[in-house]
Amino acid sequence: MELRPILSTLRRHKTTAWLLILEIALTCAIVCNAVFMINHRLQHMQMSTGIDEHALVQIQVAEVAPLPDIYARAREDLAVIRQVPGVQAATLVNQVPLGASSSNANIMLEPTQRQPTLNAGTYFGVDLGPTMGLRLLAGRYLRPEEVLDSDVVLKALADGDTKVIAPVTVITQAMAQRLWPGGEALGKMVYLGPIGVRVVGVIEQLARANAYDDATAQYSMILPMFMGAGKDQSYLIRTHPQDRHAVLKAAVAALKKADPRRVVTTQRTYDEVREKFFENDRSMAGILVGAIAALLIVTALGIVGLASFWVAQRRRTIGVRRALGATRRNILVYFQTENFLLATIGIALGMVLAYGINLFLMMHYELPRLPAVYFPVGAIALWLIGQVAVLGPALRAAAVPPVVATRSV
Amino acid sequence: MFAYYMELALRSLKRNPVLTALMVLAIGLGIGASMTMITVLHVMTNDPLPERSAHLYTPHLDPLPLDYTHGGNGPDPADNLTWPDAMSLLRAHRGVRQAAMAGGTLLALPVQSGLQALYAAGRYTTADFFALFGVPFEYGAGWSAEDDAAGAHVVVLSDELARKLFGRADVVGRTARLGELDYRVVGVVSRWDPAPQFYADSTGSQFSDIDTFFLPLSVAVNEDLPVSGNESGWSDDEKAGSSKRGAAMSWLQFWVQLDTPAQVADYRRYLVNYSAQQKALGRFQRPPTEAALFGLMDWLAHRNLVPNDVHLQLWLALGFLFVCMVNIVALLLAKFLRRSGEISVRRALGARRRDIFVQLGVESALIGVAGGTLGLAIAQLGLWSVRHRPDDYARIAQMDPSMLAGTFVLAVLASVLAGLLPAWRACRVAPALQLKAS
Repeated sequence: MELRPILSTLRRHKTTAWLLILEIALTCAIVCNAVFMINHRLQHMQMSTGIDEHALVQIQVAEVAPLPDIYARAREDLAVIRQVPGVQAATLVNQVPLGASSSNANIMLEPTQRQPTLNAGTYFGVDLGPTMGLRLLAGRYLRPEEVLDSDVVLKALADGDTKVIAPVTVITQAMAQRLWPGGEALGKMVYLGPIGVRVVGVIEQLARANAYDDATAQYSMILPMFMGAGKDQSYLIRTHPQDRHAVLKAAVAALKKADPRRVVTTQRTYDEVREKFFENDRSMAGILVGAIAALLIVTALGIVGLASFWVAQRRRTIGVRRALGATRRNILVYFQTENFLLATIGIALGMVLAYGINLFLMMHYELPRLPAVYFPVGAIALWLIGQVAVLGPALRAAAVPPVVATRSV
Repeated sequence: MFAYYMELALRSLKRNPVLTALMVLAIGLGIGASMTMITVLHVMTNDPLPERSAHLYTPHLDPLPLDYTHGGNGPDPADNLTWPDAMSLLRAHRGVRQAAMAGGTLLALPVQSGLQALYAAGRYTTADFFALFGVPFEYGAGWSAEDDAAGAHVVVLSDELARKLFGRADVVGRTARLGELDYRVVGVVSRWDPAPQFYADSTGSQFSDIDTFFLPLSVAVNEDLPVSGNESGWSDDEKAGSSKRGAAMSWLQFWVQLDTPAQVADYRRYLVNYSAQQKALGRFQRPPTEAALFGLMDWLAHRNLVPNDVHLQLWLALGFLFVCMVNIVALLLAKFLRRSGEISVRRALGARRRDIFVQLGVESALIGVAGGTLGLAIAQLGLWSVRHRPDDYARIAQMDPSMLAGTFVLAVLASVLAGLLPAWRACRVAPALQLKAS
């Protein structure tokens, strides 16, 4: 294909051609960045929690009157729940992964350290590992006899009488790696303020409740404390995934029957917890997809409009070319090449612009650098859109009969 | 002349209905998306109390130790006040009115049995709160400073909560059960929901939370009621660092009314003096000049309530509008230049360049008006979808008349601007050349 005639025609429509190039460049730049942001969100949404998500349901209960013994009440409630047919295991936990409302602690490697080494989510409860379906990589879980009621623990800490409590913890692999890179975690001590606890187990994963940052999402630890009944505590029930809705209903009914006055404030499957946590990311990803679609459509329509104009304007020229022996195919290829040329210049400019936009976003919105793989995405999208859009007008041009050349306009 | 240009424009637009529709659609989409996001940003940065905001100030002290570094992404403890500081400011009574406050959520029990108990969000505060913010009472009134001092179990309910608990609003004198305690209802306020909830702690949902009850702060402290905001302690000492009365735990918000610039300057001086005094006593370690007094709107700007996602969406919408504009410029240019022949005839018949320019400008403006109307509809649709999003600010995403007019002006401005270059290029067509060619 000879490029020179195309270039000389475009030179006569310089402004219009540059406008089209600018539009393609802008669209390409925005599409590159938007696709990247969508992927970023989707990756965040795929965050693994380390628990057996489809098998778990969560119930939270609030009391109307003060309870005489919150620990006895929690044990009774757990007994009631375990009676419900279909329940495989049940436990009381102070937070659930991705549950948004979180309990955290600053972790240090030395008791005298002024700055904490990291901040981790703190899970309290008995038998959390088996109930949640965690994967133990090394060591052991906390033993039921190590888990004491929270008032006993807090009193012992206040009195400085640490002999009664078992200072042990189970931490995630990510946290172990961060604390002792490449080293063995089992048997090491970590400090929560002045309180030292020994690592007795390492689990593969357990996401924290406020896992907003991917880098620190897996910093979690399990501590031997039983919180007792309370509005912020959750009963976590493990069941067969296909029974979970029925089991949830039955467990709520059993709890209400045990004490009709209380209020069940939360009753949901774990899948709903996850869905709620990533609600905003999903809606942002949706908006970005919509924006990409709208941009590509507007750009495509712009190309159609402009190409139609040019075809109508050049009817006579096309007729002359046809009369001089150009085939329909030649005409078709001419317009397609013209579009390809414009798109290529636009895409080249768009790449630079995409990089610039990414720099701006990195500076102001803490977005990571745009990986190079996203540049071809925008390029291919625009080449395709351009070719599809120009096809209609180009076919119309190819259909111009040679006889037009003999007529005056 | 204008009517003639209108007629010409209409005729020209009708000649290419598909192209016209395309341009109107492009500008409509661009304007619609942009205006949706501009409106969201506008309502999020709105003045929550337009009549009073100029006189409302919030004092800030820095009681943190020198070696305290604010780690992680949690809220800054120095955003709030400790109980001893809040009580000192309250007792000093340096403003026209002042109130200390904190948020709380309590389980409320309806009087009729059989109705489900519900969680109610409200505020623990001091007597001046209602007069300070101009909270409108439907029945009764607030409580007195004596009630504060005595820790009286009194409560002011919102109309909404009163109806939920008692089935009616006129309930002054009755007893409401909130949490584990009984309170005598002294007042009922009609709907009052400043958005953002500027006086609340930064951890709450600023745009969707509404207070449904108000009770004396002293009761919350005496009975150790649950606080829903951020409670940050910075002492290993259990008493100072994690009890409500502790000198090393911040959890209270404080607002003061100052009517004249002199009062504001006086209050600033007072805060610095107070900090210096506390430093002399050994309680504060940081320089007294860290003490600050924020006006309401300054405070909101300082808190930066607009999430990054909203900014990103606004940039995206503006980028889209720009692409649509470039699109329209290109299409109009192609269209106008194609009419070179017609323009040349008009020029040869005596029309000046200016006339051609105005004629084509009218055509662009017409597209703008149509696009603006469409954009308005699309923006309404966009806002409707924002209201159905899970975001905190969904509730307030509404267009006010000024935004409505703004949308329209933006649409016409955008398309006239888009028409400028093409019209200018077209009116510079040399008539002789064109006429000869055809």
